[in-house]
Amino acid sequence: MSKSKIKIDRVTVEYGNNVKRSWFGLRKTQPSPCEVGGRVVLKDISLEIQHGEFVSILGHSGCGKSTLLKIIAGFSTPSTGKVWIDGEEVVGPRPDHVFVFQEGALFPWLTIGENVAMALRSVKDARERQSKAQEYLALVALEGVENYYPYMLSGGMKQRAEIARALAAQPDILLMDEPFSGLDHLTRLHLREEMLYLHIMLKDTTILFVTHDIDEALQLSNRLIILSEPPAQVKCVRSIKVPHPRNLASEDLSDLRANIYHHLGVHTAI
Amino acid sequence: MVGSLWSGTEHLPGIQQILEAFWELANNGVLLRYTVASLFRVTVGFYLAVLLAVPLGLLLGRQALIHQCTNPVIQFLRPISPLAWIPFAMLWFGIGDKPALFIIFIASFFPMLISTVKAAASIHPMYFQVAANLQFSVWESVYYVILPACLPGIVLALRVTLGVSWMVVVAAEMIAVKSGLGYLIIDARNALRLDYVVVAMITIGVIGLLLDYFMTKLEGMEAVRWRLEQK
Repeated sequence: MSKSKIKIDRVTVEYGNNVKRSWFGLRKTQPSPCEVGGRVVLKDISLEIQHGEFVSILGHSGCGKSTLLKIIAGFSTPSTGKVWIDGEEVVGPRPDHVFVFQEGALFPWLTIGENVAMALRSVKDARERQSKAQEYLALVALEGVENYYPYMLSGGMKQRAEIARALAAQPDILLMDEPFSGLDHLTRLHLREEMLYLHIMLKDTTILFVTHDIDEALQLSNRLIILSEPPAQVKCVRSIKVPHPRNLASEDLSDLRANIYHHLGVHTAI
Repeated sequence: MVGSLWSGTEHLPGIQQILEAFWELANNGVLLRYTVASLFRVTVGFYLAVLLAVPLGLLLGRQALIHQCTNPVIQFLRPISPLAWIPFAMLWFGIGDKPALFIIFIASFFPMLISTVKAAASIHPMYFQVAANLQFSVWESVYYVILPACLPGIVLALRVTLGVSWMVVVAAEMIAVKSGLGYLIIDARNALRLDYVVVAMITIGVIGLLLDYFMTKLEGMEAVRWRLEQK
């Protein structure tokens, strides 16, 4: 068995312990709803994720999915337990492990092009930086909007732009925290398709995708991780071997869907 | 009734007198000279306050510990009227522009500081996570995150504060100087020329209106407008 890309070793989070204070200006990470109340949010989570995998993390809202993702990103530290990436312990955010937020993480005071260029600061020549930013925007089907400000775009376009910024950082790992949950259904379907295309294109990028949309997870991932209700533990892990294009109505996938609903304690026949 | 409005009463100068006084003060250059003097004092005192309060406010807004230590002192000094500093202003700076500048500085400094602290402290932490993720240096986060994020709050504070300092210049000029619109008022009062007083008051009002108009123009800048467009 090959060495795993991400190794999560008995990570436990109790509220009040996972606040990072080191970075200048970063006084406090935003406490997510699941961290409130002085209780155990994540309990003894151990996982291994392989290079190039697309792994979805499913669970009830408030079960600590985002908290886990933020720990992997290095934004917060677990109360106990450790995370290793490529054999190195995670001690803080890194430019090759890029986090994609749910919404509104583009800098609203910069144009779309400037936002993407923020991830290209190592390119010294301004014109080259600009053309590179345009390339990344084209990758997510956004063209001709680089001089617009984020407020001028729709939610879906903003999310595309954020993905473009993340890709511009040439990530080794993409950590996506419910990236499409603020969008309308049709836009989500479009972005789902594009996400798959990106995953196929960027074979070497490992993607962790937090969602509560089971269909989204079924259609995109190589593996599903289902977390239980808080204190969240790994309830079950399911591999999906069905090749793309995947038809959600097929027998395999509908069985799997029913199985996941069962694990989440949801009755589908009511 | 209409006649007394035109020609005035014992306690209120009439329109005719005011127009004549205005003509007189405009013709002999006094009005222009005094307006320029007042604007000069406001500009200098205001700029000094802004130059000091904005960087300090950004620092305090982002460094909670320093803010907690200094906040009691700030909140203690803030409610003391700038005019209460007049005796010390004269003692420390003597006669001339300096004590007036000091009073305007005091009046502008605290509102500017407090607004900047608030703007800097309320930047959404997500932007700093993005900045940390993209490995911004300290200066890059100041330049690309903190400053632009605070700019709308600072511009609004500039507008409010400029109004305050224009209000205070009149009081500041009632001491220790021999020019300015505040001096014109106190000098006219001593000479019982209420028509001059009204001319000075109208000039102050009109200039206040113009200053506010120019400040609203600032709020239309590209670097500030994103704030208004967000819900």
